[in-house]
Amino acid sequence: MTPMLRAIVLRLGSAALTLLIVSSLIFAALEMLPGGFAQATLGQAATPEAVAAFNKELGLDRPALVRYLEWLGAAAQGDLGVSYAGGSGSARRDIATLISDRLYNTFFLAAYAALLAIPLALALGISAALWRNSWYDRVVNTSTLAAIALPEFFVAYVLIYCLAIKLNLAGALSNVDASTGFFEHLKKATLPALTLTLVILAHIMRMTRASIISLLDSPYVEMARLKGTRPAKIILRHVLPNAWAPIISIIVFDLAYLISGAVVVEVVFVYPGIGQLMVDAVSSRDMPVVQACALIFAVTYVGLNLLADIMTTMTNPQLRYKA
Amino acid sequence: MAASDILLGMSGLRIDGFSRGKRTEIVKGIDLELARGEILGVIGETGAGKSSLGLAAMGYVRAGCRFTGGSIDFDGLDLIGMTEEEKRRLRGHRIAYVAQSALSAFNPAHRLLDQTIETCVDRGLQTPEEARANAVELYRKLNLPDPENYGRRFPHQVSGGQLQRAMTAMAMMSRPDLIIFDEPTTALDVTTQVEVLRTIRDLVRQHGTAALYITHDLAVVSQLADRIAVLQHGRVVEIAPTRQMIANPTHDYTRSLWAVRNLDKPERRDGEPILRFNGVEASYGSSRALSEISFDVPASSFVGVVGESGSGKTTVARIVAGLLPISAGSVSFAGKPLAGLSVHRDRETLRRIQLVQQSADTSINPRHTIGQSIGRPLELYFGLKGRERDSRVVQLLEQMELGPEFLTRLPSELSGGQKQRVNIARALAAQPDLIVCDEVTSGLDQLVQEAILKLLIRVQEEQGVSYLFITHDMNVVQGISDKLLVMHQGRIVEQGFRSEVFSPPHHPYTERLLASVPQVDPDWLNRLVAADATP
Repeated sequence: MTPMLRAIVLRLGSAALTLLIVSSLIFAALEMLPGGFAQATLGQAATPEAVAAFNKELGLDRPALVRYLEWLGAAAQGDLGVSYAGGSGSARRDIATLISDRLYNTFFLAAYAALLAIPLALALGISAALWRNSWYDRVVNTSTLAAIALPEFFVAYVLIYCLAIKLNLAGALSNVDASTGFFEHLKKATLPALTLTLVILAHIMRMTRASIISLLDSPYVEMARLKGTRPAKIILRHVLPNAWAPIISIIVFDLAYLISGAVVVEVVFVYPGIGQLMVDAVSSRDMPVVQACALIFAVTYVGLNLLADIMTTMTNPQLRYKA
Repeated sequence: MAASDILLGMSGLRIDGFSRGKRTEIVKGIDLELARGEILGVIGETGAGKSSLGLAAMGYVRAGCRFTGGSIDFDGLDLIGMTEEEKRRLRGHRIAYVAQSALSAFNPAHRLLDQTIETCVDRGLQTPEEARANAVELYRKLNLPDPENYGRRFPHQVSGGQLQRAMTAMAMMSRPDLIIFDEPTTALDVTTQVEVLRTIRDLVRQHGTAALYITHDLAVVSQLADRIAVLQHGRVVEIAPTRQMIANPTHDYTRSLWAVRNLDKPERRDGEPILRFNGVEASYGSSRALSEISFDVPASSFVGVVGESGSGKTTVARIVAGLLPISAGSVSFAGKPLAGLSVHRDRETLRRIQLVQQSADTSINPRHTIGQSIGRPLELYFGLKGRERDSRVVQLLEQMELGPEFLTRLPSELSGGQKQRVNIARALAAQPDLIVCDEVTSGLDQLVQEAILKLLIRVQEEQGVSYLFITHDMNVVQGISDKLLVMHQGRIVEQGFRSEVFSPPHHPYTERLLASVPQVDPDWLNRLVAADATP
């Protein structure tokens, strides 16, 4: 087994362990929430007998550990269980189907925003580093910072006002469903994607700029100058390949945010993503749905960080090739 | 010299530097001429303006510096007046540069071959195929192993001496008229240095390339240079053909550089052992670093440990300092077994053994004042506080010949030699019985080295401390050590009192080390090469 492969297997193992710990924390946290699905559904006036009967029907009267292990075992086999909501028997909805549409929407929006934001941020960061301390640099820095400093909902409303109401370029609502076609979906998701782009642009751009500039004083960059390399080539060929590690970390951090943190944007644009689903499920104490959403977020974070580690290793010859 | 023979001419060159809020003049009016194919050695101490002069010959100044006067003429071109784009086109084509530390001057992200051919291919001077063949040919001429495949490696995969030669190959790619060598062998072991010097000299002579060879080592420069210029405080104080300069230096400062180190401490042969290694072995992971290491350090003695990088001498220091556990054998200190790792040692033992590291830059906390750094062991071991502590710090500074004004300064305000004195003062603050010195004089100029060695000897006479002095430089330990250990590949190949080790018969490895130390004699390298040729 190559050292690279061994490192990946080790990281996969630790990722699995992390997920196990996270799953128990999710379960424990939800157990500690005051009130249950029964109270939330039956209301404050429900008699204790009614609540107990309701809980028994859902199997909530059994010990927490048993329910955790059952849930874990099922989740490991890809079965996320059934939602409490929607009555009893066959009417109760399977969480996997409930979530899959929402998850598709969330990934669609995240991918859309990432494809806009990452190339733009890298280009801005690289050019700002190339022309550092110029007017261009200052304008890029200040405007991206301003965008990140404003609350997401405010950015969203400004975009709606400018692009949807004044210029009429896009719709203000992003109400998509399973029947929406790909290009229609793309059009409707444009405003939320732009909002998310503005939110993460500054992170990536500033990290790119800073990690490039921090390397400009290194001896190999001076050597490149003394070899008569063009300034743009110095940045692209001599600096950037050594600057990836922090840039990859921040990109992954932002990708995770796009998937699990876009709830405000989803609410503003009435976009049916997984964030909204989770918020709704928490307020109605629909625990299986909340657990499933939280677990998906955890898998996303762990998976993306694993990807970041692997990519960082790939971009560093000192880790890839033994001395 | 006919005007057309002159490749590079500087007249009245002035360069300003900007540091810590004020402008200082680094180069103060230098006149210099370099003929085609001539090798001019530039020698001087740190801060004399050597590197600035070398870079100026490429029309380059470092960030914060600027040309303030004079002119530089390179083959009829005005190197100061021309545009950045014009300068850029000269660099890497007609003027090339070989940096001091090849390890940091090669880009870690690219293969050596790609970096070697980069400029020639970018400029369209050679097609990629021509450039690759050219590079392989140069690798071969520079005696690099497996020249066909050598360039496929990354910088971290080859040794420092090889990298320095690869960098010379990179500089030669475009067959430049002028190469600037900025201390290319300073970071190398003596035995490696000989090989690099030899290949550089042969290649440059063969191609008739002119060179500015910058160094602080007179012996090194006298092997290569046709003429030598001596720089002090940004001025050329003396310039003459090499043999004339060596035989008959005229300026006082030049003579002080020439002065052979006159340290001669009488050899001590008594003293109870304070530190004893008995059959010690140690490893890093699965690779064995030390085998069968046995030696004594007598009280109040100066024990030198010499060897090349990778010989295990720093590993010995790490074991004594409690940074690395041993895997076999035993170590005793003051008659008692010494615990392996520093966390298992009691405070008294920690106090009695102090370590002074090679790089004073990185071993002093940059945000602590000198007073805080030296005061810390005083608080820790003796509970001194406030004024009491400060007055003791001032005493220690005085012992290191530094004034009380250093109390409130930060490390960044100090020169390399001053930082190393602070580093030693901090070790002395604990009033130790044994100080482990790991290459403490390596990065320093000859004169500064000598001053620090004198200080160490004086402290020993006053306080009876023992030194375990680790160095790659035979010269350093020659006049002052009582005992000497010669290490090679994790073993002690020879040990004994100084007079024994330095007098024949030598162990073959000791012989090689001694022979590799450059001598201030223009024929030394020739003789060494001739001796190598006749087995």
